[in-house]
Amino acid sequence: MRVKGRAWKYGDHVDTDVIIPARYLNTSDPAELAQHVLEDLDPEFRKKMKPGDIIVAGENFGSGSSREHAPLAIKASGVSCVIAKSFARIFYRNAINIGLPILEAPEAVERIDTGDELEVDFSKGEIKNLTKGETYTAKPFPEFVMEIIRAGGLVEYTKRRLGNV
Amino acid sequence: MGMTMAEKILALHSGREEVKPGEIVMAKLDFVLGNDVTTPLAIKKFRELGAKEVFEGERVAIVLDHFTPNKDIKAAEQCKFSREFSREMGIKWFFEGGNVGVEHCLLPELGLVLPGDLVIGADSHTCTYGALGAFATGVGSTDLAVAMATGEAWFRVPETIKFVYEGELAPFVTGKDLILHTIGDIGVNGALYKAMEFSGEVIEKLSVEQRMTMSNMAIEAGGKTGLIEPDKKTLEYVKERAKRPFTPVKSDEDAEYSKVIEYDVTPWEPVVAFPHLPEKTIPISKAAKMGIRIDQVFIGSCTNGRYEDLKMAAEVLEGQKVADWVRLIVIPCSRTVYYRAMKEGLLEIFHEAGAVIGPPTCGPCLGGHMGILASGERAVSTSNRNFVGRMGHPASEVYLANPYVAAASAVLGRIASPEEVLK
Repeated sequence: MRVKGRAWKYGDHVDTDVIIPARYLNTSDPAELAQHVLEDLDPEFRKKMKPGDIIVAGENFGSGSSREHAPLAIKASGVSCVIAKSFARIFYRNAINIGLPILEAPEAVERIDTGDELEVDFSKGEIKNLTKGETYTAKPFPEFVMEIIRAGGLVEYTKRRLGNV
Repeated sequence: MGMTMAEKILALHSGREEVKPGEIVMAKLDFVLGNDVTTPLAIKKFRELGAKEVFEGERVAIVLDHFTPNKDIKAAEQCKFSREFSREMGIKWFFEGGNVGVEHCLLPELGLVLPGDLVIGADSHTCTYGALGAFATGVGSTDLAVAMATGEAWFRVPETIKFVYEGELAPFVTGKDLILHTIGDIGVNGALYKAMEFSGEVIEKLSVEQRMTMSNMAIEAGGKTGLIEPDKKTLEYVKERAKRPFTPVKSDEDAEYSKVIEYDVTPWEPVVAFPHLPEKTIPISKAAKMGIRIDQVFIGSCTNGRYEDLKMAAEVLEGQKVADWVRLIVIPCSRTVYYRAMKEGLLEIFHEAGAVIGPPTCGPCLGGHMGILASGERAVSTSNRNFVGRMGHPASEVYLANPYVAAASAVLGRIASPEEVLK
């Protein structure tokens, strides 16, 4: 799987409260959640971003609450991928489970700036910075996690496991 | 080589003799839970899975505690959706209305989560049950859906960091301060992907409720769970409550830890975590001199809404009045805590001091309802997170503290030490 888009760069510890504030958690409709993605971190993000764009962040992205509404809001907004130095563990799981592409790539995050054009080859874990002419490699996923990703998320993976397909 | 508690519990639940950090196991769960925010999404996924029934109705809890009593029509619809599902599935442990409590106060209180258990909950503070010696961790709605259908979840076996607390606790230093000090020391990602194990003579002397306050905030250091070895106190706590048999698990003496961190707590004082991260801790002696004027104080939540917490607050508030410009909101975390606080006169103390006393709910902790902050407002809160916008407007501020400090701050209208009130 390949995606291409502009980078929007943020700092460390982007928590799920700023990704999707609790005041919007009285719904689980992805389209509605997407209207407010990153609202308390960057109120202009929703207006600035285009489908396919990529969020780039520092350490511990998605820390805090277990709300799956956070990766869901990001995915439904059209963001194609999140690249971070590290992810908080519940967010990491949730993203994999719902099929939001994420990559752990500390070196890439150091080098990428907001506005850079990126091309990501998710299966190879390769990030090309078309603006800077550089290529970075993400940390590989454990094989078990790759199986969930290949299945398209935990629901599909579990269906196959239980023979419900 | 021996195993840590975390490794042992995962091994026992995945039919393995031994597991090692980094391995991925598929494990059987003793208990799973969801709330009114996370369950509706899980129900949709449960249907997508094609599941027809939950793995065992007696091992699932649905607790409608976040936006309840229903704060608006959308919240009411979410609760209705969860209620209908619970009825259809024959989920025995469904809580709302007069039965509800903040989930992580309620489930231990009812003996639904027990030593040696493997528990997942679609709420990040599920790690609270580590205080009873359960490997308990927060997950999202999809994991909850799969767990409800299959009774299983996948886990990457975490490395464990052992924390050893020695020395004597000074007055007004509580479980909340032990964990805030720890987060201040290792940082909000200091235990990322890892299990935390709290031990030492200070933990042995700590009450079970205070231990829960500590384990509750393991997630605030990025931890997967915050374990404490079950001891006499634990067994006494669960003895009268346990709804099913259980097997306590302890770490082997030759278990391997990724790190051992030792603290001498004797010089420690209560701390306040400043906006906007729980790691930004400042000792109260310094924080109290900064003249930080506040608008609201919240005493409650799954971190500090239990009986002992209310008792601490009452000790400071007895015979005092809340400052004119401060709104004090006290929320006992369960009906049992509420009732005991009422019987023992704590609610009267809060009432006399000028507090608003709310029904059990997560409410203001996550900026849900019943105490939202306006722009520029500041709150001292006994809860667990002080992120941007956590309790309301993104331009409001939350200072995390223990119940003594919260109560003293309410009286003086600024961040204050309990010693300033209890002269």
